[in-house]
Amino acid sequence: MTKSLIYSLSFHAAMILLTVLSLPFMIREPVDLPPIISVELIQISSKTNIPYAPKARKVIEKVKEEEEKRVVSEQAPPAAKAKEKPDRIPLPKKQDEKKELIKKKQNPKEVKPEIRQASEFEKKEIIDTNQIAALIDKAKEESAKVKKNDKKLTQSSTKNSFAKGLTLSEEDALRAQIFGCWTVPLGLPYDVDLLVRIKLELKQDGTISRSEILDHERMNRPGQKFYKVLAESALRAVRICQPLRVPQTGYDKWKTIQLNFNPTEMLKG
Amino acid sequence: MKKLFYIFIVILFKFNVAHSLIEVDITRGNLDPLPIAVSPLHVDNQSENYQDVKIKELGDLISSVIEKNFLSTGLFNPLNKDAFVQKPDIAHLKPRFEDWRLITAQALVTGKLLVKDDKLKVEFRLWDLAASQEMVALAFTTTPSNWRRVAHIISDKIYERLTGETGYFDTRIIYVSETGPKTQRVKKLAIMDQDGANTKYLTLGNELVLTPRFNPTNQLVTYMSYFRNLPRVYLLDIETGIQEVVGNFPGMTFAPRFSPDGKKIIMSFAKDGNSDIYTMDLETRLVEKITEDSSIDTSPSFSPDGKYICFNSDRSGLQQIYTMRADGTNVKRVSFGSGIYGTPVWSPRGDLIAFTKMRAGKFYIGVMRSDGTGERLLTENYYQEAPSWSPNGRLLVFYRETKSGKDGSGFTAKLWSIDITGYNEREVKTETDASDPSWSSLLSK
Repeated sequence: MTKSLIYSLSFHAAMILLTVLSLPFMIREPVDLPPIISVELIQISSKTNIPYAPKARKVIEKVKEEEEKRVVSEQAPPAAKAKEKPDRIPLPKKQDEKKELIKKKQNPKEVKPEIRQASEFEKKEIIDTNQIAALIDKAKEESAKVKKNDKKLTQSSTKNSFAKGLTLSEEDALRAQIFGCWTVPLGLPYDVDLLVRIKLELKQDGTISRSEILDHERMNRPGQKFYKVLAESALRAVRICQPLRVPQTGYDKWKTIQLNFNPTEMLKG
Repeated sequence: MKKLFYIFIVILFKFNVAHSLIEVDITRGNLDPLPIAVSPLHVDNQSENYQDVKIKELGDLISSVIEKNFLSTGLFNPLNKDAFVQKPDIAHLKPRFEDWRLITAQALVTGKLLVKDDKLKVEFRLWDLAASQEMVALAFTTTPSNWRRVAHIISDKIYERLTGETGYFDTRIIYVSETGPKTQRVKKLAIMDQDGANTKYLTLGNELVLTPRFNPTNQLVTYMSYFRNLPRVYLLDIETGIQEVVGNFPGMTFAPRFSPDGKKIIMSFAKDGNSDIYTMDLETRLVEKITEDSSIDTSPSFSPDGKYICFNSDRSGLQQIYTMRADGTNVKRVSFGSGIYGTPVWSPRGDLIAFTKMRAGKFYIGVMRSDGTGERLLTENYYQEAPSWSPNGRLLVFYRETKSGKDGSGFTAKLWSIDITGYNEREVKTETDASDPSWSSLLSK
């Protein structure tokens, strides 16, 4: 009896231990990725060879003229240009070094030779591929920010972003089309939930093969007469609008679509 | 075991992908008037003549009253009848939806009527043209002379079905009819349908009458009259024409108004040189003092639940709007804008208080929430005041006077209505000049 009790206890203890060890692994929270930080490449102009800028300009202009004379194929990769740049900018001459020394007196910090130096002028004229990359990164970050804001406003943006059935412009086109068709009833209360969800099954030409008000039970509840009117107005809008502006491709992705009508923001002004 | 686990995960993922639905949020629409086709009502061939009612024209007459009602709301756009492609009798049986959709109509009203045995039977249907289905169908029986009311009731039913709020077409407006030069105005009590039809005069004009107000059943009217320069509060039964003096009150008396249950009258009058708010029980005739302040308190109006009163007082130095409990406790100032506020009236919905405001020599009609927030001035003019709510709380009727010369020439007083958005402002046509309007509740509840 005692033995079996010990076995049982030890077995249970083992099971509990196993659960404790394994469960946190199973239900571990997804890795919290750090936010994207944009890194802007700023060239420190005070440490660049400003005195040589006029010379650099002359050199650049010369290079440009030479480049213009050259017949360049349209398909030529732009990267080749970037490679040319460091070779074509001449290094400072000995005479210039004197001026550099005077400057060094004013600014005791030495400029390390490995830091790539360029004048302000050069910065404007020559396309820096690194900066383009930075700009692209920034654009990505901005679009990400917009999406984040949308998430606060609407309920379904998260789903939209994952669904990938419609691009943003396609979604906007559809939304704009329905805006024009939807006559919002005016006798609606402001302080209640006014969300009407309509599920549509569409044909390939954008016409509706089936429509369903997802919260239809609410329409017949006492005191919810306004909801029935609202839901009907939304359904009317969809029917008037058809054929809906849907993409010509990817039918499988958008053949079933859900429209969430909510005039609350509009009514509150 | 591991394989099974992976298979499970793959199935779960596929299931999720299969059910990821594209969702699009629609948060804006348009506020354009809804295009609606009101087909003339078909007159049944078996209809008999009835007194001076033109039965054959009745179908057209009813549909044109409905059209005018819709047009006045600013929410509907009744379409031109010339564009209609189906005859009324056929359209009433089964409309060809695609034909009606062609003329951009979104809703269609059809109907038919029969006059037999001195009874008018009207039936109508409202069709949703986008959904190709009937939305509402009703029939009414009444005396043929009541055809205008039938048109108003049909309008109310359609309005309710399409907007979600109760209508206000089957209602009346009582007002003070004014005739004669400005210095010698003859003022009579008059009552009419909300669209200006069926005007009747209730007093002869030998006494000065002011501020008529309906009771909740629309059967009684309370108003003020000066008899031998003494203010009296009267009760008038509209159907029988019997008048009753509620009481003689000393000094200046203002604006008697019924409580929501119709059992009391609330008003202000001056006693011992101080104007306060009082209620009078209509059964016991007991008068109760509600406010006790040395300032001038006037223009009281109950909230629709009867628990609160809004009124006008100069206790802060200038006339402002205040609210309090029905027993006079918990007095709160709710208006804080620049200018002078007057004639506050609580909306039948309970959410808003309408008022008149005077600022920089101009008069405004405005609304604010019952806690004083969200003040909106709806209309501005040289002189306008006395707003009264439509029973659904969407419109206000008030009167507006024009500037006159020193001899009183060029003076007019007219009734106007405006909706709470401030966009739909219209003159309410009356036979004579008019002031002090009061809107009844729905006659057919």
